[in-house]
Amino acid sequence: MKSRTADIHLVSSHREVYEPCDDSFALVDALLADQTNLINHNPKLCMEIGSGSGYVITSLILLLKESLPNVHYLATDTNPIAARVTNETLQAHGVSAEVVCTDIASCLEERLSGLVDVMVMNPPYVPTPEYEVGVEGIASAWAGGENGRSVIDRVLPVVDRLLSERGWFYLVTLTSNYPSEICLVMRERGYASRIVVQRSTEEENLIVLKFWRDEDEESVVKETASVSFLTQFSRSLSSFVEKQWR
Amino acid sequence: MRLITHNMLSCNIKGVTNGFPLKIEAEKVIEKEVDFNPDFLKHMFAKIEWKALVEAARAMGYGELPEDSPDVAVIESADETFLKKLHHALLEIHLEEGALVCPETGRKFPVNKGIPNMLLHEDEV
Repeated sequence: MKSRTADIHLVSSHREVYEPCDDSFALVDALLADQTNLINHNPKLCMEIGSGSGYVITSLILLLKESLPNVHYLATDTNPIAARVTNETLQAHGVSAEVVCTDIASCLEERLSGLVDVMVMNPPYVPTPEYEVGVEGIASAWAGGENGRSVIDRVLPVVDRLLSERGWFYLVTLTSNYPSEICLVMRERGYASRIVVQRSTEEENLIVLKFWRDEDEESVVKETASVSFLTQFSRSLSSFVEKQWR
Repeated sequence: MRLITHNMLSCNIKGVTNGFPLKIEAEKVIEKEVDFNPDFLKHMFAKIEWKALVEAARAMGYGELPEDSPDVAVIESADETFLKKLHHALLEIHLEEGALVCPETGRKFPVNKGIPNMLLHEDEV
């Protein structure tokens, strides 16, 4: 089994497009760590939201290509330049995905629902003032609003809608995004989760989460009932952990 | 943009109730060969809006698809003539340059270098 990921020298770039950085590498490392599971999962359709430079989607394709040559790939980005750069990176590696320029997956939500087996996202997660979210150009790659959650919180219901019955979702978060709270939100929608990669760099504490459907109704009800308490608890826990790290 | 993607795209301008299928205005169409994979086609077939695919293929210059959606027996049969046509239409024809037009509002979404730009203006969200 080859474990080849995208070659950084072949990744296309543009000043208005986020270049592969620690967070991108953490996400690709998570996919690499889960490579065997992904191959056994045998996805038909994989998708990246916010593909930027194209480093992650290209790596995903390269990781699965040899064992699963017939997977269909989709990538979206809200920045038209990033969509173009994604395509250039794919072409430079001799692989292909369908690239669509859209906000999250808005033009695909209706018809693609329930069809995506694997979704990946390195979202704009940096806590910023709300007005910086969704502006044109490179800022759309990192500006995440309050707690860095503005875009993430919009993405979660879309993910739930697009994922197939056996769908998996990989998401990059920071500890300051309250990842345990994100897990609770997804728990309410019937998803289990785990940490695939956890990494502290000089600037940030990165956590790559994996979600999958786990329709154990009893636990959903139970979790939902105690959600407000847990939300409070996880927030204080997150800020405690954050302080410890600093 | 392949027609499998076209079949999944709709115009979601605020208030639009009938944003599918987008009409194709083709300026440049290219073909790229892809490995034939019957399992994938069978998997996707149930999800494809047939009429939209036939019209889209025609707009791209490919008129070989039957007008009416074939039934499941044709999909499962050993004769792969139909599946090969479906394969070509869904996966091998690319709209490289052109536009997608909303059936309800007539709003045009440009397709450049194979990428549809489906971004909405502020007053459309």
